[in-house]
Amino acid sequence: MSLLVVMEQACGAWHRMSWETLAAGQLVGAELGLPVAAAVAGRGVAGLAAELAARKLERVWAVEHELLDPYTADGFTAALEALIIKLNPSLVLFPHTYQVRDFAPKLAARFGRCLASDVVRFRIEGGEPVLVRQMFQGKMNADFRLAGPGPHFVSVQAGAWRAEQVESGSAPVETFTPQLDASMIRAKPLEPFRESQRAVDLTAAAIIVSVGRGIKEKENLHLVEELARALGAELAASRPICDNGWLPMERQVGSSGQTVAPKVYLAVGISGAIQHLVGMKGSKTVVAINKDPEAPIFEVADYGIVGDLFEVVPALIEEARKARAG
Amino acid sequence: MKILVAIKQVPSRDSQLRVNAAGRWIEESDLSFEINEPDAYALEEALQLKEKHGGEVVALCAGPARASQTIREALAKGADRAIHIEEENLGAFDTLGVARLLARAAAAETPDLILTGLQSDDLGYGQTGVVLAELAGLPHATIIMQVEKMEDRIRVKRELEDGWFQHIEIPLPAVLTIQSGINKLRYATLMGIKKAKTKQMRRHTAAELGVEPAPTVVLDKVYLPPRSKQTVLLEGNARQQAAALIEKLKFEVRVL
Repeated sequence: MSLLVVMEQACGAWHRMSWETLAAGQLVGAELGLPVAAAVAGRGVAGLAAELAARKLERVWAVEHELLDPYTADGFTAALEALIIKLNPSLVLFPHTYQVRDFAPKLAARFGRCLASDVVRFRIEGGEPVLVRQMFQGKMNADFRLAGPGPHFVSVQAGAWRAEQVESGSAPVETFTPQLDASMIRAKPLEPFRESQRAVDLTAAAIIVSVGRGIKEKENLHLVEELARALGAELAASRPICDNGWLPMERQVGSSGQTVAPKVYLAVGISGAIQHLVGMKGSKTVVAINKDPEAPIFEVADYGIVGDLFEVVPALIEEARKARAG
Repeated sequence: MKILVAIKQVPSRDSQLRVNAAGRWIEESDLSFEINEPDAYALEEALQLKEKHGGEVVALCAGPARASQTIREALAKGADRAIHIEEENLGAFDTLGVARLLARAAAAETPDLILTGLQSDDLGYGQTGVVLAELAGLPHATIIMQVEKMEDRIRVKRELEDGWFQHIEIPLPAVLTIQSGINKLRYATLMGIKKAKTKQMRRHTAAELGVEPAPTVVLDKVYLPPRSKQTVLLEGNARQQAAALIEKLKFEVRVL
């Protein structure tokens, strides 16, 4: 019986959510009385494994194979399947990254299990873990139990645990070399790329005015543009606005866009789907303007205005101009 | 190219949700339903691929009887026929169980390509497509923003995090999970709606497909999320609300 945390790295650098997942693993392991091990998979991961060895862990597994670089779902599934068969952990934790979403459901299915994905909290009830997940785009929460024997597979949401809670210690490192063959890997990945140089760095902005579906039409965007100018803010958007081509992708905040933490984040007509919240919930002050009082954005808002943005925003522009002039 | 599109019916986007009496799901009686948004993009991508390369588009949907409305809409938009795995209590299955249902139904079709949305707007597991690929023994690619057919393979553009992308080539048959915004959705035409009435919709039950619910991740309880922050709601008319907010930003947050 043990708990295994699968860390994510790319080109020798940790994914930032790896440490959050490790923190979650250490906390849950302590509560369930399970020893905690961590694994990192790739090619040339000895350095990363050595870094992990300075954490409070039972063991560190360096899953090493040249066919694990570049990442493929086939390669990672086969490698981790072999490691899990060897270790037989009762719980396997992943960060809920795009890469994990690509292979962890497949890996879990190999063990006849369903991945409990994007978990935001753990509780122990009667010695059993209860997992909290968001549903309906964050409008509801739900408790889940894990049924049947392990291994069970869980991925945790960005920002749900804090990386600085990781406990230090010392752990032995062991290298695990899975039996992989080039013929197992069906996908041929090419080099990652960016569409264009990013001209807008939202992360540097002190104030961000961000617009969502509530703006209804492209023709209405001038309202939030004026508000951003009046407040001396950068303009950002939720995904649907960029999908529609109303604003360039580089202004998108959320899991597929930029992650921002300004002094003030003013969400205009944004309901607050999980994918958006993970990109902005680190903001110091969140203001939400939305006509729906039940919109999930209000769960993270310090100040809320329940109302029609087409009335509120023009009034705000006027008040902001007055305030900045005076 | 024969393309199977797995679609799901979910509560309409603007629904006001309430927890049901049993506390284990939402109250559905007064809700309207629609196609899961990423699945709508998957369907559109299938229709566009068919227009370019010929072939057939088959809509595949697991859901209760009410889901037939969403299936009809897919047929009206241009899917050639549909398979409805009619199951009133789909909640008894976990994602693996649902993927098993879809895989059984898909096996009889031997499609060249299976498309589905990257996640559902209700449960939000984001894994049905990947598990379906595993069960069907097919390669997959996730969060796809572009599909290009080559000889015996496809080249897809996969979205990575933080504004990065990657092209991937995979052999056919394969499974792709489609990201919202990959294309521009079409509306059903009057002609399409008329034609849909005569298109074939085959029905299966879970029992016929030989899949029993055996969830390993079990939903216990549904509830409104607790507020993590104490939100100060600014009251009054728009002008008063605006004035109050600017005052807060100026004197409490001190950014103006």
